Amino acid sequence: MNLKELSHTEERLVEGHRLCAGCAEPIIARQVLMGTSKPVVVANATGCFEVSTSNYPFTSWNVPWIHTAFENAPATISGVEAAYNSLKRQNKISEEVKFVVFGGDGATYDIGFQSLSGAIERGHDFLYVCFNNEAYMNTGIQRSGATPKGASTTTCPSGTCTPGKKEFPKDLTRIIIAHDLPYAAQASPHNWKDLIEKSRKGIDTPGPAFINVISPCPRGWRHDGSQTIALSKLAVETCVWPLYEYENGEWRVTGESLRIAEGKKEKRPVMDWLNSQGRFKQLTKSKFSPVADEIQQNVDKKWESLLKLCHM
Amino acid sequence: MSEPMAINGDMAIAMAWKQIDPDVVAAYPITPQTIIVEAFSDFVANGEVNTEYVCAESEHSALTICVGASAAGARVATATASAGLAFMWEMLYVTASMRMPIIMAVANRTLSGPINIHCDHSDAMGGRDSGWLQLFGENVQEAYDNTIMAFRIAEDMRVRLPIMTCLDGFIITHALERLEMLDDKTVKDFVGPFRPVRPLLDVKQPTTYGPLAMPDYYYELKYQVQASMDAALDVAKKTMDDFAKVSGRKYHLAEGYRTEDADYVMVAMGSTAGTMRYVVDQLRAQGKKVGAVKVRLFRPFPAADVAKLLEGKKAVAVMDRAMSPGTGSPLYMDVLQSISRMKDPPRVSNYVYGLGGRDLIPGQLTEVFQEIMANKGDRINFMGVRK
Ligand SMILES: Cc1ncc(C[n+]2csc(CCOP(=O)(O)OP(=O)(O)O)c2C)c(N)n1
Ligand code: SF4
Ligand SMILES: [Mg+2]
Repeated sequence: MNLKELSHTEERLVEGHRLCAGCAEPIIARQVLMGTSKPVVVANATGCFEVSTSNYPFTSWNVPWIHTAFENAPATISGVEAAYNSLKRQNKISEEVKFVVFGGDGATYDIGFQSLSGAIERGHDFLYVCFNNEAYMNTGIQRSGATPKGASTTTCPSGTCTPGKKEFPKDLTRIIIAHDLPYAAQASPHNWKDLIEKSRKGIDTPGPAFINVISPCPRGWRHDGSQTIALSKLAVETCVWPLYEYENGEWRVTGESLRIAEGKKEKRPVMDWLNSQGRFKQLTKSKFSPVADEIQQNVDKKWESLLKLCHM
Repeated sequence: MSEPMAINGDMAIAMAWKQIDPDVVAAYPITPQTIIVEAFSDFVANGEVNTEYVCAESEHSALTICVGASAAGARVATATASAGLAFMWEMLYVTASMRMPIIMAVANRTLSGPINIHCDHSDAMGGRDSGWLQLFGENVQEAYDNTIMAFRIAEDMRVRLPIMTCLDGFIITHALERLEMLDDKTVKDFVGPFRPVRPLLDVKQPTTYGPLAMPDYYYELKYQVQASMDAALDVAKKTMDDFAKVSGRKYHLAEGYRTEDADYVMVAMGSTAGTMRYVVDQLRAQGKKVGAVKVRLFRPFPAADVAKLLEGKKAVAVMDRAMSPGTGSPLYMDVLQSISRMKDPPRVSNYVYGLGGRDLIPGQLTEVFQEIMANKGDRINFMGVRK
């Protein structure tokens, strides 16, 4: 797979959508859908990506696409896949079709968590992709279970007493892996090769697959739209967002994370990450500087434990 | 027609589904519906149906799975009750708006709290404005017959809306009654093959389902549901005519009993209709000019048919197995709107009864008749409650 080949693949999400300039979500979606040349049906949870790509009577979708609500995209695709299995068994359809779901972190970590867990447990054949922009962006940057400690959002704002969110985010990728599903991964849009390859695996592996993708949001993170790809790379270089995969019970770091783990690349300080976005700017105040230290310690702790799981 | 058998209402619905053999069933257990999905699971386990059966992790997901499957191009059925239906509430509207002809059995049970597993119609009433059609059955035979008719009505190209087939929890779901089943071929021919419209699985013709609609389009999309509801009245009537031809059982949207020369009429839905007719016969034997109306189709409401049955009557008692604290109950409100343009309308009273499974005794209905015949009673009455 090279850039030249990819430039000839069919466009499944086409122009005309209304996402912000610099939004990572459509970049991620296009990379994910390059992971297969087979026909796909896409299900989408409510969120920025859904409202911006399907403004009736227009659509940016060149493939069959369905949105039903916020908390239930995994159940939606379960139904589509169940129909597919039934109709195939009855010889009413013959074509091979793949199933992909997109949901934001709010849809995935919080309100739709049960629906996702249920669909994975039932073993439907689909790839779930989480756009993790670490807050409810569509409704105006509210805190989610993915919002990092120290980030300011409209429901956990920084003030004179608090530095922003007080809690660390839940580690959803590991929670999903605890379902012992066939394939799960973390990815980032700056490393398109890694993301497309993981998508290919997720789509081709029979049964449920999950990819959690860091998804910079210029509006919510308070950064310039031109920095989206640079920031997604920085998230990996600081080990705030390690690239890894879980395949048939084996854990493996990938991309830049592998090179950091092998000592071939520098692990950058978390301060570089915190300084790059307006949502963390209160952490530079001396009053809140212990929070920045705690974040570094937590990143180190999680990184070490990941390396152990990867036998490194 | 096969030999009559003794069977409960839930089993009758499971048997109807088996004959129809939907492509997908997704459900979540809740009393008093559970017998349906347990029985159907057996059919799946024994290869007696082609259905893909999905055990959802909640009712919200169960209905969502049904929507996904229906959009994909499958014929779909599900069942629920009470809290399960309430949990589906968001998706009820989505199902109707997306024009998914899904059939859902609702084993009518009251809503918490306090938690209570017994019959009333509160659960179904929560769905009355959602764009679903609602059929109420009086007994096991009707639960079966309504199910078969529902698939044909929902899938008619003039309708393409979901339908709830309602049956009173325990009173019908769990009671053994006589059932005459149609043979499999008659059912299959009556329902016909499923005709998907722009299914998701037609990958050559990609369709966007469930887009965002702003104020410039939302209202028109809603109005299309209204227009199909209007069409559904005729489609349902025609379906009931055709059903009579294959079954010998003739149904109507609203059914009058000894109403022609009656001055006083009682209106109800579900299993109460049988008790109502029994009381009418008793009072008729005493020379009282009373009659009864059973509403079979609650959504769309057959206002013209109901008005015709109530025209020229002196007084009407509307029996509601649900309440709307602070105002009249749902069936009462609909009866009122049906007669609102009538020149000399009857005096209509509302009687709330049977909440949370409280038994209904024939004598209570006799008292209601006596009250309206004496021109007594409040506009809204709470029958038998300890105040
Ligand atoms: C049941 C329900 N609750 C709340 C909402 C309002 N809502 C719509 S999108 C959204 C947040 C989406 O956040 P996320 O999933 O992270 O996606 P993003 O917009 O950030 O990409 C919320 C709260 C809703 N549509 N439905
Ligand atoms: S608010 Fe953020 S996530 Fe939403 S469209 Fe804009 S950049 Fe993308
Ligand atoms: Mg988000």
